[in-house]
Amino acid sequence: MKVLSHKELELKADNIRQDILRMLAHAGSGHSAGPLGMSDIFTALYFGGLMNYDPKKPEWDQRDRLVLSNGHINPVLYVSMAHAGYFTREELKTLRKFGTRLQGHPERVRLPGLESTSGPLGSGLSQASGMAYGLNMDGQKNQHVFCLTSDGEHQEGNTWEAIMFAGKNRLRNLTAIIDRNNIQIDGYTEDIMPLEPLAMKYQSFNWHVIEIDGHNFDEISGAVNQAKAIFEKPTCIIAHTVPGKGVDFMEFDYRWHGIPPGKQDLPGDPKAKDQLKIALNELRTLKGKILSEHE
Amino acid sequence: MMEINKALHLDNKIFTSDISQEPIRKGFGQGLTESGHTDTSIVALSADLTESTQMEQFKDNFPDRFIEIGVAEQNLVTVASGLAAVGKKPFITSYAGFSPGRNWEQIRTTVCLNDRNVKIVGAHAGVSVGPDGATHQMLEDIALMRVLPNMVVVVPSDSVEARKATIQLAKTNKPAYIRLARDKTAVYTTEKTPFRLGIAQLLIEGSDITMVACGPLVYEAMLAAESLSKQGISAEVINCHTIKPIDETTILKSANKTRVVITIEEAQVTGGLGGAISELLSEKLPTRVFRIGVQNRFGQSGTVAELWKEYGLDSISIHNTAKSLVESKLNA
Repeated sequence: MKVLSHKELELKADNIRQDILRMLAHAGSGHSAGPLGMSDIFTALYFGGLMNYDPKKPEWDQRDRLVLSNGHINPVLYVSMAHAGYFTREELKTLRKFGTRLQGHPERVRLPGLESTSGPLGSGLSQASGMAYGLNMDGQKNQHVFCLTSDGEHQEGNTWEAIMFAGKNRLRNLTAIIDRNNIQIDGYTEDIMPLEPLAMKYQSFNWHVIEIDGHNFDEISGAVNQAKAIFEKPTCIIAHTVPGKGVDFMEFDYRWHGIPPGKQDLPGDPKAKDQLKIALNELRTLKGKILSEHE
Repeated sequence: MMEINKALHLDNKIFTSDISQEPIRKGFGQGLTESGHTDTSIVALSADLTESTQMEQFKDNFPDRFIEIGVAEQNLVTVASGLAAVGKKPFITSYAGFSPGRNWEQIRTTVCLNDRNVKIVGAHAGVSVGPDGATHQMLEDIALMRVLPNMVVVVPSDSVEARKATIQLAKTNKPAYIRLARDKTAVYTTEKTPFRLGIAQLLIEGSDITMVACGPLVYEAMLAAESLSKQGISAEVINCHTIKPIDETTILKSANKTRVVITIEEAQVTGGLGGAISELLSEKLPTRVFRIGVQNRFGQSGTVAELWKEYGLDSISIHNTAKSLVESKLNA
C-alpha cells in the first residue's frame, strides 16, 4: 500500500467523506456526524503508513488490528476498507440492505477484514485489550492493536473495566483513539453525563495520554508513532474532532448523530432533498477553498 | 426389578451410603488442568473467584496462562473474546449469577454473534448453593444461554462427568456454557462411563414414566427410580447433560415408550431443561410433561436438604410426583 503524503491524505479523506454521504443517502438510514468526524483518523491509519494490513489477506497473522468499538460509525470503516481494496466501492451501495456484507452495525463473520462485531457500546476496548494481551503472550512485538472508541461510550462501565485491565497489564501494544466530538444521541456529552477531565482519568489509570486535533494529519501520525514508541503503558489518543466535519450544516450539531442526508428537514438546515447535493458540493470544493468544482 | 444400564459402568456403590461425594465443580478444575497440559492455547480467566470456581489448579500449573480480571464480569468475557481473536482458547469462570448473569449482552454480541471460541463456566448455580441465599443461587442461566444462537449448554451431573465434559469442550471451537453446582454430589459415574457431548445417557431403563434430569438432580432422580421400583413402578431415567443441542433421538424414543415425562432440574423450569423438553415433545411427539424445578420463584438461605425439599427437588418429591403421574396415566 502506497503511503500518502499529508496533502494527498487530505484529498483522500475528502473523497472518503463524499462516499460516506453517498452511501448513507442511498441506504436511507445510518449515522452521519461520527463517520465524517473520524474520516481523517481512518484515512491516516489506512493510507498514512500507520497500520500494517493486507486487503488481499485479511487474516494475515502479522497484521495490526483495528477494533471499532463504536460500531455505529461503520460507514467510515467500510468506505476506508473499500478504498484500501478489501472490496469494491460499488459494494458500498449495499449498506444496510438485505443480504449485504455491510450490515447496519459491523458483523465480523460476514465481512473479512473486520476484527470484531460491535454496536452495543463499551465492549471494544476490552476485546482490543484481550487481543493485545494475547499477542504479548506469544511474544508478537510488532503487531499493534488500535481501538477506536467514542466519547459517549465512556459512560459505559465496561469501558472503565477495560481501562483498568490495560493499565494493570501495561499493554504497550494497545492504543485507544477516542473520537472526542462532544456529542451523543440525546445532546452534548457534558450535559448528558460529563466525561471531563478525561485525560486525567486515563492518566490515573496508568495510561499515556496524548491530546490532538483529530483533523490534523501531522498530529495524528505524530501521536500514533509516539503511541507505538511508548514502552511502559498503553496509550490513549484523545482526538478532538468536529462531528459532521466538512459539511457546514452538520458540524457540531448533535441532531446529525444518527441520521443520513436526504431523509428529514431540520430547522435551520437545507431541505432534505437538497442536503446531499449541498454537502457533496461543499466537500468537492473544500468548503469554497476551490472556487468551483471544475477549477 | 430395576434395570441399570450396564453399558455405562456406573459405580457399584450407587445406591449405598458408601458412594463418594464430591463437588461437580472439582471435576471442571481437573479437566481444565488436564486440557491445559495437552493444549497450550488454553487460557483461564478469573473474576476474583479463582479457588471456589476451581481454577486454582490451572493457575498453579500454568501461571503464565492464568489471567486475573478482578471483579468485572463484563470485562471477563470481552477480554476473553479478544484473546480468542488471536488464537487463544479462553475459559472464564465466575458464579453463574454474575457470568452469564451480568454480562449476557457481551456474551451475545462479542462471543455468539462474533463467533469466538470462549467457554463460559458458571459456578454456584441452583438453590444448592445454600446459605448464601437468593442472589447467589442462579436459576435463570440455562434459559439465558440456551436462547443464544451458536451456544452449547452443558450441565454435568457429577464431578467425573464434569471433568470429561470440560476436556471434550476444550477440543471444540465453538462458544459453550458449562453450569456447575457448589455442593458435594454423589459420584455415580466412573472413568469407564462413556460420555459424549450432545448424547444423553439412558441410566435406568423403565416403561411407566420417563424422568429426564440434569446436574446434581440426576442422582436424586435415580434414587426416586429405585424407590419407585419397590412400589412396582418402572421409571426410566435419562441424564440430559447437554441441553443444547438436545439429544432428540433419546428423548423421543423414551417418550414414545412411556408416554409421560418428568423433567428435573435445579433451575427455573421456564426456558430451562423443562422448557427444552416441552418444546421438543410438543412439536414432535405431543406427550404429557411435568416440569420439576423452580417454579417462578427465587431461592433463599438454608441447607441443601431444606431447600430441595422446599422447592420440590429432592428424591422424595420426585418419587411422589412420578407416582401420581403414573397413577393418573393408568386411570386415564
